[in-house]
Amino acid sequence: MKKWTILVLCAVIALAIVPLVVTGGAEFGGADGEAETAITEIDAGYEPWFSSIWEPPSGEIESLLFALQAAIGAGLVFYALGYYIGRAKGLAQAAVTGAGAPSSAAPAASPTSSPEAS
Amino acid sequence: MGPGAAYKEGAVFDTVAMHIMEGFLPATFVVAWFLVCIPFWIKGVHSLQKLVREKPGTLLLLGAAGGFCFVLSALKIPSVTGSCSHPTGVGLGAILFGPWIMAVLGTIVLLFQALLLAHGGLTTLGANAFSMAIVGSFVAWGVYKGSRRLGAPLWLAVFLGAALGDLTTYVVTSVQLAWAFPDAASGFAGSLAKFGSIFAVTQIPLAISEGLLTALIMGYLIKYSRSELDETGLLRQGQVA
Repeated sequence: MKKWTILVLCAVIALAIVPLVVTGGAEFGGADGEAETAITEIDAGYEPWFSSIWEPPSGEIESLLFALQAAIGAGLVFYALGYYIGRAKGLAQAAVTGAGAPSSAAPAASPTSSPEAS
Repeated sequence: MGPGAAYKEGAVFDTVAMHIMEGFLPATFVVAWFLVCIPFWIKGVHSLQKLVREKPGTLLLLGAAGGFCFVLSALKIPSVTGSCSHPTGVGLGAILFGPWIMAVLGTIVLLFQALLLAHGGLTTLGANAFSMAIVGSFVAWGVYKGSRRLGAPLWLAVFLGAALGDLTTYVVTSVQLAWAFPDAASGFAGSLAKFGSIFAVTQIPLAISEGLLTALIMGYLIKYSRSELDETGLLRQGQVA
């Protein structure tokens, strides 16, 4: 699992870095900005008829909000993952120590050790 | 002209929004896409209520799926076309909880971005929700199910589902724009080629990344939260990866 994790993360990083290298001096604007240009090419008269009710007042604040979004999302994902990993370890430990004291072994081990797992 | 004004001027091209921009769909299309979405949202909210009521043990997992969508759609990644786009993150939730529930969660993410980040838009929310939250979810879920039925290992089915759900989202975005803005000379097809080369081609490496990350996180969930996955029905037949 650990080996796979590192491998997959390296692949994802490479997929982001390779375009930076191979495309050299590209601008890396948003695909949406290009779509806006394409729309004006197709229909020069088109005027956006509604604009965002609130826009981040500066690029800094926009990046703050994007970072916040990523942080909240990552927080949720890894809170859950940490909880599950901790629980699995706790239960495994309880099963081991419980084996010495026969009376408590069975109830501690039952919730996770699903019979069909193997 | 202060620095603020200079930023505003540049903002037309700098504000990164891979979804359809605010105000960039004619009103009839705005209404039509909202109408298309409404039945999916209603059924989705019902499924969500049912999940909360009947399987409260899976709510932390639901939070993780929502969080995954949140973090991935905040990451704007450079692509081979020389422009940036971001993954959608809907595949994980669609595979875990089904496409209806993810249609609602994906829409919430889009709403957050439209309100706080001027990314996508309120008028284009229907169209964007349709491409990402609805089509993206259904494709991810359908490809996952289909691949499993054909005997693909779980990691491969998750990878294919998430990657193709991501890619299809941007194909749909291209179709939506081409439909609203057919080229004067080459018509719908010409516009589709144009928007497709902007959105869909940019998205290919990102879709691969999304598939890889979704398969990775699924691997951890299978290892550590089997009881929840059994409850969601993902591993109903006691399958192992």
